[in-house]
Amino acid sequence: MDLLSPIKDHHSERRLFIARVILASTIAFILLGIVVARLVQLQVFEYEVFTAQSQGNRVRIEPVPPIRGLIFDRKGRVLAENLPAYQLELIPEQVADIDDTLQRLARLGLIEAADIPAFKELSASGPRFKPVALNFRLSEEQIANFAIQRPRFPGVDLQPRLVRHYKDGELVAHAVGYVGALSKRDLERLDASHYAGTAHTGKTGVESSFEGDLHGDVGVRHVISNALGRRIPTDSREMADSLPADETALPGMNIYLSLDLDLQRIATQALEGRRGAVVALDPWTGEILALVSAPSFDPNLFAVGMSTQQFADLQEDPDRPLFNRAIRGAYPPGSTIKPMLALAALETGATNLTRKTFCRGFFMLPNTTHRYRDWKPEGHGEMNIHDALAQSCDVYFYEISGDIGIDRMHYYLDQFGLGRPTGVDIGGEHNGLVPSREWKRNAFRDPADQRWYNGETVIASIGQGYMLATPLQLASAAGALATRGVRYEPHLVAAIEDPLSINDQRQLISPTRLDDVAIENTGNWDTVIGAMNAVMQDVRGTAWGVGGNAPYRMAGKSGTAQVFSVAQEEEYDEEEIEERLRDHALFISFAPLDNPSIAVAVIVENGSSGSRVAGPIARAIMDAYLGYGDDAS
Amino acid sequence: MRLSETQRLVTGKAAPLGNFGRLVRKLNVDGPLLGGLLLICGFGLVVLYSAVGEDSRLLFNQIIRLSVAITGMFIIAQMSPDFLRRWTPWGYLAGLVLLVLVLTTGEVGQGARRWLDLGIRFQPSEIMKLAVPMMAAWYLHDRAIPPKAGQLLVLAVVIIIPTILIARQPDLGTALLIAVSGIIVVVLAGLSIRLMLGLAVLSVPGAFVLWNFMQEYQKQRVLTLLDPDSDPLGAGYNIIQSKIAIGSGGLFGKGWTNGSQAHLEYLPERDTDFIFAVMGEELGLLGVLALLALYVFVIGRGLYIAVQAHDTYSRLLAGSISLTFFVYIFVNTAMVTGLVPVVGIPLPLVSFGGTSMVTLMAGFGILMSIHSHRKLLPH
Repeated sequence: MDLLSPIKDHHSERRLFIARVILASTIAFILLGIVVARLVQLQVFEYEVFTAQSQGNRVRIEPVPPIRGLIFDRKGRVLAENLPAYQLELIPEQVADIDDTLQRLARLGLIEAADIPAFKELSASGPRFKPVALNFRLSEEQIANFAIQRPRFPGVDLQPRLVRHYKDGELVAHAVGYVGALSKRDLERLDASHYAGTAHTGKTGVESSFEGDLHGDVGVRHVISNALGRRIPTDSREMADSLPADETALPGMNIYLSLDLDLQRIATQALEGRRGAVVALDPWTGEILALVSAPSFDPNLFAVGMSTQQFADLQEDPDRPLFNRAIRGAYPPGSTIKPMLALAALETGATNLTRKTFCRGFFMLPNTTHRYRDWKPEGHGEMNIHDALAQSCDVYFYEISGDIGIDRMHYYLDQFGLGRPTGVDIGGEHNGLVPSREWKRNAFRDPADQRWYNGETVIASIGQGYMLATPLQLASAAGALATRGVRYEPHLVAAIEDPLSINDQRQLISPTRLDDVAIENTGNWDTVIGAMNAVMQDVRGTAWGVGGNAPYRMAGKSGTAQVFSVAQEEEYDEEEIEERLRDHALFISFAPLDNPSIAVAVIVENGSSGSRVAGPIARAIMDAYLGYGDDAS
Repeated sequence: MRLSETQRLVTGKAAPLGNFGRLVRKLNVDGPLLGGLLLICGFGLVVLYSAVGEDSRLLFNQIIRLSVAITGMFIIAQMSPDFLRRWTPWGYLAGLVLLVLVLTTGEVGQGARRWLDLGIRFQPSEIMKLAVPMMAAWYLHDRAIPPKAGQLLVLAVVIIIPTILIARQPDLGTALLIAVSGIIVVVLAGLSIRLMLGLAVLSVPGAFVLWNFMQEYQKQRVLTLLDPDSDPLGAGYNIIQSKIAIGSGGLFGKGWTNGSQAHLEYLPERDTDFIFAVMGEELGLLGVLALLALYVFVIGRGLYIAVQAHDTYSRLLAGSISLTFFVYIFVNTAMVTGLVPVVGIPLPLVSFGGTSMVTLMAGFGILMSIHSHRKLLPH
């Protein structure tokens, strides 16, 4: 011990100590006071703010997807509905050995063994409580299989969900369309908040064009969730008391199509094994009664999801089942435009009822040697306009083509709606093409190509050359012939129904009337329609074999169009090339003659003969619709 | 001298001595201090049960630890202050050796070397929490106070060496608290106020120097405190969620085990460093104030024991232990309410975990020993 240090004075030392304790206590009280003041600030003055934040923390807003509207045919038969399907889910935190579980599921045939590594990664990546979907749609057999084995698979379960189902999918695929998984691109065009919780959206057909009606309104559900997003059952905690009110999802509108499933079936069966299209409509309303493109596909594949291989098979199929020939297929209309050109010729004075031409099987422009051949090599003999239509004499039309002129042809065909979109209520239709001098000037770069040649007018008069029309356009034009010039916009949707409305009232879609075909001399209609009747019901008519034995009167016109797309088809074998080189078969018709209620257009690709191949299909549709079909008795 | 209302309250003179009281005396146990501590522990267990998600297994765990700590307190209470004083330098030296061992051979956990395995796993820094103030008090015991400049230098070395060793682990929070416990001894010993103010002024540039020595995560903690919303999902998350928990508790709280912040896992470290927020959420301002009152009672009783102590060593040590206990409480509550940066300091006697509790109870054992081994004044 340091001897020089002062002697300890216990009294003064204690006094100093007490003073210091008082000092320290004072500081401590001040610090404690700061903490208490802070607590009062947080818990009394800012209580409301933090309560709101705490509420916002625990309450998660979950979207409730609406139930998609149903689609029916004109007789109320369901075409698109929502059926429960079961998907297989695994909850990682409830599974002791994920690898073993997946192996055993694969052995039961519930999942693909090849997918196991992907599922393992999925299970490890997300939150442990979040289910991993292993199989989106189990078959009945798989469900039964799993149900028996379930106790052996803790943490694996079946989860029901609604899947769009197309009962007669193949029959209506091109009209109804399909839904598919919502993609990023879909969300750019749709209101994303509206689609929170929705997994599918319409991709084609009515499903796509009436998406806004079918989808419905998203609802909102409030759930209690923890910091990791795990849902906490609300009944188990007092915390559930003050949850905000939920909003129910409003189901989408039900849609009634003008389509008749029976006609769809007849048309589909008639086109079995062929490529082609059938469109039938009510000429007085524009309601489409049948719209078939063959071959078709199963739209359920898109709704459920298919493998990459399945999709590739569909896309690479040379028969192009996904291609909607009825509205997108542009074909040379061939002789089916002759009734319209006959009207044009009569109206413009290019011909009259008495003008006659002698058909010797070919036609030559003055001062040229090129022979424009008739389909009948030996010629039709003497022809007037009636006979020329009824027997489809090409030479007669070659003869008068120069007198009509291409621009007047364009003027009349355009009035029938050819060469421009029909305005049908599903997307993707082709414009078709009716050439004119002006069109040619704009369509080509080379000045030599921009000139219109007389020979082009000649072949335009039998619907060849540049001219293109879709089956829907031809059906619509056939309808305008049937109504003697009254035109309606073709449409598929006849009525929309709110499933929540009390008195089950359907909101009917009123037909949109278009500009009439301007024909001044109504007698010209009689001439042309009379000749179209002769086509089918006069022994000399080209389609006597189709309509000769019918119990009702009808009108029609066949067409046979040359195929130009040879080079593109070179990859196919010889037999195939031969088949695909044949002419397209076309037919337009309407019935009954005096008070038409149905107009039909049929195209059979490479069908060779309009009257023999396409005509009977049109007849079958009209029979069925007018009550003369096999099923009618 | 008239101290305060609190002092009279903590003397416990009003309480009649029953048989239990006499037994307590015989065991060298201070009744009021033991009562206050048990109330805090009981209160703590109630809150902890909710904070660990109503898991009785974890609660039982904590009860075991508590029992060990209280047993330790009883054992230490039997050792006289003279005995403790004689062994102080050896304990301090042993602590230093262990700290060096930790830095060279310690186990790494969460990016830091803090643990040493000598049969039982423990943190040598816990020894230093008591050894540093004991050593400082030991040094001043035979000397006249207030200490002179040369003595202050010796004291500074006594405090700084373990502080640096612990800061190197790195465990800045504990290092600072240990330094504080030593400094408190010096202040209580009469360090001149002028010198203290001078040091305080010097600490401003010192803070800048310290900033440069800080690890990145420590700097981040300070920055986060200044603006927690700048990084709401990262470092600021704890403070934001803790403030939401406390604030939404209001006056009366959401009810025991009904704290949504705590039970829905929004509040991190809810059973350890942030348990005060659980209490604030579930029991409200009133519950929190009740706990703080218990703490004040225990600290007050500790200071009373210090004032009543008969020698310099006991006096300084008791004062330091009591005031350091306050510092723990202040730092934790201020951290949880967002007043100071997040430093890993548990709420004493309430947070889940055993190591610090044993040290704390050992400190209270020393207080009891000091109070029950008083001799007649030597004058």
